[in-house]
Amino acid sequence: MSQPPLLSVEGLTVSFDTPDGVVHAVSGVSFELQAGQTLGIVGESGSGKSVTASSILRLNNSTTSSTTGRVLLDGRDVLGLSDDEMRAVRGRDVAMVFQDPLSALNPYYSVGDQIAEAFLVHHPKATAQEVRERVLGMLEKVGIPNPEKRIDEYPHQFSGGMRQRIVIAIALINSPRVLIADEPTTALDVTVQAQILDLMLDLQKETNMAIILITHDLGVVAEVADAALVMYGGRIVEQADVVSIFRQPTHPYSWGLLGAVGSLDTSTRGHLSTIPGTPPSLISIPSGCSFHPRCGHALGAGSACTTKVPDLRAVTGTTSKSACHLTDEQLVSIGRREVLQ
Amino acid sequence: MTTPALEARDLVKYFPTGSSGLLGRPTNTVKAVDGVSFSVEHGTTLGVVGESGCGKSTLARLVTRLIDSTSGEVYMDGRDITSLSGRELRTARRKMQMIFQDPYSSLNPRHSVGQIISAPLEVQGIEPTQGVKARVQELMELVGLNPEHYNRYPHEFSGGQRQRIGIARALVLDPTVLVADEPVSALDVSIQAQILNLLETLQSELGLTYMFIAHDLSVVRHIADQVAVMYLGKIVELGPAASVYASARHPYTTALLSAVPVADPARRGREGRIRLTGDVPSPIDPPSGCRFRTRCWKATEVCADVEPALVDTGSGHSVACHHPMDVPVSVGHSKP
Repeated sequence: MSQPPLLSVEGLTVSFDTPDGVVHAVSGVSFELQAGQTLGIVGESGSGKSVTASSILRLNNSTTSSTTGRVLLDGRDVLGLSDDEMRAVRGRDVAMVFQDPLSALNPYYSVGDQIAEAFLVHHPKATAQEVRERVLGMLEKVGIPNPEKRIDEYPHQFSGGMRQRIVIAIALINSPRVLIADEPTTALDVTVQAQILDLMLDLQKETNMAIILITHDLGVVAEVADAALVMYGGRIVEQADVVSIFRQPTHPYSWGLLGAVGSLDTSTRGHLSTIPGTPPSLISIPSGCSFHPRCGHALGAGSACTTKVPDLRAVTGTTSKSACHLTDEQLVSIGRREVLQ
Repeated sequence: MTTPALEARDLVKYFPTGSSGLLGRPTNTVKAVDGVSFSVEHGTTLGVVGESGCGKSTLARLVTRLIDSTSGEVYMDGRDITSLSGRELRTARRKMQMIFQDPYSSLNPRHSVGQIISAPLEVQGIEPTQGVKARVQELMELVGLNPEHYNRYPHEFSGGQRQRIGIARALVLDPTVLVADEPVSALDVSIQAQILNLLETLQSELGLTYMFIAHDLSVVRHIADQVAVMYLGKIVELGPAASVYASARHPYTTALLSAVPVADPARRGREGRIRLTGDVPSPIDPPSGCRFRTRCWKATEVCADVEPALVDTGSGHSVACHHPMDVPVSVGHSKP
């Protein structure tokens, strides 16, 4: 790559002190993101995908969590910024859209006021007239009909899909360069989900912002992402462009996920392929590869799978990276077979 | 003709809402379920799909008599259970049990697994021949739980295991009909598949009849023999699952199928994709005529004036539309 990345995460490791023990939420996560690109982060609950995102904005509780690694935005490490400097980044350079639009909005303020607040934080000298015009323009952009009237209405007067449009308006009012969307459509119906994803992509085209889309839905990743990270037990287990992840997946966990989704998509009746067992507790992550207790390809007791954490490495013959102890040839040939099934 | 295991005839549920004046009389009604009829044969599954607010959960509650209908009847094995009360209703309920959506809030955190699963026996005053504990452990084994965990509490289990506890509780009375309201939507993908497989296995082993409610079309496609698509309190399309998914006739069904994200980047932005605009209208004041017409691209004048009836288009595939789709459109899941 000739261009330096807009966002570069290097060796991000986040842990939380809890009464039950230390939760190793994220371990050694690295990735890069270019302007205009959409990165999908996929994983099940507790895989560390949301903590990865909130760490970029430093939204984790600073007394109970410890974060190491680097998060470079245009080459500047945001983890080293002062609180004041960080406040200037949040919402202006990097903005976030949350899952539940009802709890992300304050029921006591009109939606216009809430969008305006996000703008005023970074433009304290703006006049009331300027702000209102800006907010109206934003409402129109996110597809709220009749913005002149709706600007003074309250969240409860909007439907779920319209509320999520408001949340997106708040996130985009300062034209951020990176938008982090944490399960932005999970709380929405499927026809509304399609509208919101379309909206995000349209706005991306207009502003060339980069998007990090966190989701548990592989279908959503296939529809909108350029590249994907698959997370499991706080680590990246596979990193690939979006076509490869579906055509030539190179990690046993990805095979399992695609199998579970794929057979749901195509078969009318019959046995679904599943991943046995349940995701690990992040307090006591299994030794070696954290996926080995559920993996059908694990090499058994005493092998590298149970003793050594596999590095994320480039797989020869593909453009993907995988964290698995199987050989490159095995990953390629089994992966191809799994997809064909 | 065999008697269906479960049948609904013209079920209606209106909820009064809002109040004004001295007497606080309700000023509006939410027409949550408005004239729904279906029947489910023994040992088969009816899948009910629809977006939030379409009345699918209310329908589940009407069928199980958790709430009383405004009008219409529910038949179990040919017997009208709509007017049963007291002891008769309690006895009838042995044959029809429910699985709930959220495995966290549907289990009492202060009760052990043994207490939870045996609660229906206690309520019904039934003493199993082999004893309560043996019966509960038999069920735990059946649903894939370790019977030794009899004395554990819900918080010691994962989401998928909790849903198995809920299923065991539903099975303890040997029901013939299970009504499952979004039983897998709170679970991770890999766990969803495990629970769906379990439900399929139980159905074939115990000959159960399912009414399976979900918003996720791929889940319903997998488990259902028949599919009912609901919109604003009405069934708009009803038919054999294969037929509904391969050649949906109602514009709403095609739009719904079209909106499902497909796990295949090559099919991104595919042609013939239908995007609905706007949201579902309020069920307090549904549109006249066809309720879908305000979002429908095929709507004409007749749609505003005349409400379309659910008409059989052949081989048990019914649709309520004045302008049904004639050719199978390229929808989300069809093979290219």
